[in-house]
Amino acid sequence: MLLINCPYCGERPEPEFVYGGQAHIARPAQPAGVEAQDWADYLYRRDNVRGVHAERWRHTRGCGRFFNALRDTTTDHFLATYKVGEPRPAAGGTR
Amino acid sequence: MQPFSGLALLLRGLTGQKGWRPQWRNAEPKKSYDALIIGGGGHGLGAAYYLAAEHGFTNIAVLEKGWIGGGNTGRNTTIIRSNYLFDESAALYDHAVKMWGDLSQVLNYNVMFSPRGVMMLAHTVHDMQVFKRHVYANRASGVDNEWLTPEEAKAFCPPLNIGDIRYPVIGAALQRRGGTARHDAVAWGYARAADALGVDIIENCEVTGILKDPSGRVAGVETTRGTIHAPRIGVSAAGNTSVVMKLAGVHLPLESYPLQALVSEPVKPCFPCVVMSNTIHAYISQSDKGELVIGAGTDAYTSYTQRGGLHITSHALEAICELFPMFRRMKMLRSWGGIVDVTPDRSPIIGKTPVPGLYVNCGWGTGGFKATPGSAHVFAWTIARDEPHPINAPFTLERFRDGNLIDEAAAAAVAH
Repeated sequence: MLLINCPYCGERPEPEFVYGGQAHIARPAQPAGVEAQDWADYLYRRDNVRGVHAERWRHTRGCGRFFNALRDTTTDHFLATYKVGEPRPAAGGTR
Repeated sequence: MQPFSGLALLLRGLTGQKGWRPQWRNAEPKKSYDALIIGGGGHGLGAAYYLAAEHGFTNIAVLEKGWIGGGNTGRNTTIIRSNYLFDESAALYDHAVKMWGDLSQVLNYNVMFSPRGVMMLAHTVHDMQVFKRHVYANRASGVDNEWLTPEEAKAFCPPLNIGDIRYPVIGAALQRRGGTARHDAVAWGYARAADALGVDIIENCEVTGILKDPSGRVAGVETTRGTIHAPRIGVSAAGNTSVVMKLAGVHLPLESYPLQALVSEPVKPCFPCVVMSNTIHAYISQSDKGELVIGAGTDAYTSYTQRGGLHITSHALEAICELFPMFRRMKMLRSWGGIVDVTPDRSPIIGKTPVPGLYVNCGWGTGGFKATPGSAHVFAWTIARDEPHPINAPFTLERFRDGNLIDEAAAAAVAH
């Protein structure tokens, strides 16, 4: 079970959270003008990183807010958590 | 290859079971092959076997970064069934179920296929409607599946508690041809049979790069044991497929999740079939060794760690204890995780890629073991002929662009 540092509430156990998938995926501004492959990539293609992964979590059973996290998918260690809208921190961070 | 038989066992028994040779050679990688398979699990070893046995490709190799069968082939709950909703899926999985029937004879290796019946429990009206839809769809496409009342389900599996629980059993779908097989034997049997046909099985050989010629066609691989040239490469790397395919510049619609399972202490035979509950989420059967083999759900997040959260396995055990009160005092011996590559529609991708000569067989998600022989068979066909077998023709990478999803995710509503 992961211990996740909500930027609003502090460290809480994983069952309080819902995973929200890869972070920083922007919906195309003009969907009608997007080529089929680009739309499929937006909908379905994920980086599936083996290493440092930027991802969304929602503190569903706490403050209810979404935030972003950097996690190493080879160890499951969180490197950082940060608020939505903030830029992705430089990879590395503190363990 | 030393053939296995009762007579061979008896004769070697007279000399203390000495004289058995290793079941496959410890091959050194050659400079070049006619084809390479990346990934030495059941699907990859099987593809190599069928390439050699049915398509005449004997100068080929299987590259495995660890040891063969050490990935998801050795980490699953060995459930075999084909009662999928859509015609394309039912055809693919039933191709495999038919091949399981005589696989032991074909490979001269006892894979211990046991069609003891797979029963899927319904706990809600929604479950009942979905499963009945599956039953009728399967029957229309010639796949056996039948609806049982709670009493019939109890008769088929006497340990089942159908009444006094939070989500009572209100019926079940039963596929009698479904069952289990010995997972390790599948990897070993294919490896041995492929080796006998000249296939090199190269373990501890991780692919670190994929080479292309100036025309963009695949030309070989860089590995931790040197460069190997080959004009055809099939990738069958399960949870690490994304990582391997990125080496060739191909990004796939896959996400890799941990999927956990656990086994109990071994006990005498007490559990006659396979039972699955999607709604309260647990799978259970009893191995020939006597252990209860229990499957849990996937963890919530993507990971490559081959382990997961304890609360996931605890949840599965709570469901098992509700459904089978006689197991409440059983002790669990071991638990582990495998990394499963999940597609958006929960159907696999088997076919060509944008890179000529590079083929992929991935996206089996939480249910790849059951498909091993069928998957390997059609993947070998695809590699040998540079075109898909009719059975895997719908399972293209392009379906995500073109909207032709085979949406078993929506059909099952859970990992399956």
